[in-house]
Amino acid sequence: MGNVIHRKLTHLDVLESESIHIMREVAAECGNPALLFSGGKDSIVLLRLAEKAFRPARFPFPLLHIDTEHNFPEVIAFRDKRAFELGERLIVRSMEDSIRAKRIVLKSPDQSRNAFQSVTLLDAIEEFKFDACIGGARRDEEKARAKERIFSFRDEFGQWDPKNQRPELWDLYNTRVHPGENIRVFPISNWTEMDIWQYISREKLEIPEIYFAHEREVIRRGSSLLPVSRLVKPVGDERVETISVRFRTVGDMTCTCPVESTASTLEDIIVETATTRITERGATRMDDQTSEASMELRKKEGYF
Amino acid sequence: MKLPNIELLRFITAGSVDDGKSTLIGRLLHDSKSIFEDQLCAIENTTKKRGLSGVDLSLLTDGLQAEREQGITIDVAYRYFATPKRKFIIADTPGHEQYTRNMVTGASTANLAVILIDARRGVLTQTRRHAYLASLVGIPHLVVAVNKMDLVGYSQKIFDSIVEEFGRFASNLDLRNVIPIPMSALEGDMVVDRGENMPWYKGETLMEVLENIEIGHDINMEDFRFPVQWICRPQTAEWHDFRGYMGRIESGSVRTGDEITVLPSGRTSRIREIMTYDGRLIEAIAPQSVTLILEDEIDISRGDMIVKSDNLPELSKEYDAMLCWLSDEPLDVRRKYLIKHTTKTAKIMLNRLDYRVNVNTLEKEPGIEKLAMNDIARVGFKVQHALASDGYLKNHATGSFIVIDEITNNTVAAGMLV
Repeated sequence: MGNVIHRKLTHLDVLESESIHIMREVAAECGNPALLFSGGKDSIVLLRLAEKAFRPARFPFPLLHIDTEHNFPEVIAFRDKRAFELGERLIVRSMEDSIRAKRIVLKSPDQSRNAFQSVTLLDAIEEFKFDACIGGARRDEEKARAKERIFSFRDEFGQWDPKNQRPELWDLYNTRVHPGENIRVFPISNWTEMDIWQYISREKLEIPEIYFAHEREVIRRGSSLLPVSRLVKPVGDERVETISVRFRTVGDMTCTCPVESTASTLEDIIVETATTRITERGATRMDDQTSEASMELRKKEGYF
Repeated sequence: MKLPNIELLRFITAGSVDDGKSTLIGRLLHDSKSIFEDQLCAIENTTKKRGLSGVDLSLLTDGLQAEREQGITIDVAYRYFATPKRKFIIADTPGHEQYTRNMVTGASTANLAVILIDARRGVLTQTRRHAYLASLVGIPHLVVAVNKMDLVGYSQKIFDSIVEEFGRFASNLDLRNVIPIPMSALEGDMVVDRGENMPWYKGETLMEVLENIEIGHDINMEDFRFPVQWICRPQTAEWHDFRGYMGRIESGSVRTGDEITVLPSGRTSRIREIMTYDGRLIEAIAPQSVTLILEDEIDISRGDMIVKSDNLPELSKEYDAMLCWLSDEPLDVRRKYLIKHTTKTAKIMLNRLDYRVNVNTLEKEPGIEKLAMNDIARVGFKVQHALASDGYLKNHATGSFIVIDEITNNTVAAGMLV
């Protein structure tokens, strides 16, 4: 490490410092926290922030992934590689476990699994007695998120009650919970999609390849492009096309759609993000389009 | 592409639905091209569903299903937009009866408040309440947005008389910088674009104020205050004897070699190193998060504060404060509560209620026995362990605290040390 001359603080510096402060509060005040890591871009940023918060020591919490087993294989490979490089402990709990235990009953095996992640997450929280889960959600993602606290309190059923949130003043966070209750902590609440890309670029963070433009087989369904996979096949007279696309988010393969793009570098992605006219979830998440209140309902049921 | 090197400005909007607050936020987002097509499409559909035509910009700030069903706004919502000059965070607080609680929450981190006045109605009781709360929480900059100018014929005379009335009232308050702007959020005058209806107004538009206002002085850069958050002891072969004090510089700055004092113990040492993940720093400033390494091994734990030896804060077990009660359950003066102040949590006894402030008239009401939700009062308290602090006016970070009910674990009050 060399000497760094101090410079004027930019918005990214201020956001970064706020996030580091939040993570250290969790470490200091929560008995048994975990950091939710999916291999997606937001949780990749969380890991860098955790390095900035705790190095040269190890993280004071394990990484936890709730695996829908509908994830893109590139992302899962990246997840394992990154956890290994960091030398941190990664816990994976699979939705298959919850399905086998009949805690989740699917209508069909190919059904989107995003909504059911909550069950497995709550099971994992119970299994490890986590009292705080650090997640990579941002308030600019969705209107239900816009009203969520940085330290978001959940009752013993894992539920979020939007009408009964703790007031959050200055940056004095109330982290106290009763046994069985827990909090979700969102250190990057105040970051936007643009901030995330700028930070990934500034920090030179590695991300899964599918965030960059690549040739992929897709089906046009409504206004969305569906990626063809073992779970998504054309129906009726739908045609498979191969076009250049990239993913803005990575999640369940059955409901995460790529956008047409030729952006092959981080700079290209930043330019596209600056000029796009569609929100991140509007473009890519079919599960949020189901109804005006989809995210709000999922969150009330314990979704992170 | 060069990454824009921009500052972050946080602001709050205060006003009721009738003042056109939602329309103003919608206008700001729309005219600064911060609204996405799918959002615009969704509100177009909703406008149509409600039997209206065009695009009702106020729908952009509509939130949860529970709110749409009941036609109300819950709590504080945060919204984000950016221009090439700055990134903005809006804390959008609703104007119903829980207003004090919500506005204090949103205002606690704001650089600026926009207080809306309906040009037809002038300065109202709620305008006075909003201005008082802005001054109580110490928001440095206040924009008085005289909205709906289109409904008063864009009259300069009406604008001037409202500004004069506001000024008379505000002279009793501690407001650093008041900026009045005439506007029509509905028509878009003086929000982002100037419009052509008010050539008599020569000042800045709202967006120009948001983009240009000097915020570098909003943080106290004089007094170095470093509450210790976390102690880093890797205990590995490579970092065998390493002991770093992690935290965020809440105010001021620090350099390698500075003489420091640790409070409350009063022990002294010097800064050996300022470490970050990205390397060593010679100097660090608020609000950077860093790791401090000291020359001497002294006993330091979370909740202690590192300061410069030639600039000490107050150290006391008894304090006076302005308290804003936030909970449904009223204050019980016979009970002990917890205080969280910087990184320290301790028990307190609220043993003195001096007076309650009537937020509408600013009158002090003595002889009170309890505090209910939204009450603001001057109180005295005793704390179990001494706190290192500054008055809130001088330093928000070391002068603010929250009160927690030990039994319910709820945050029941917000306080500002006098």
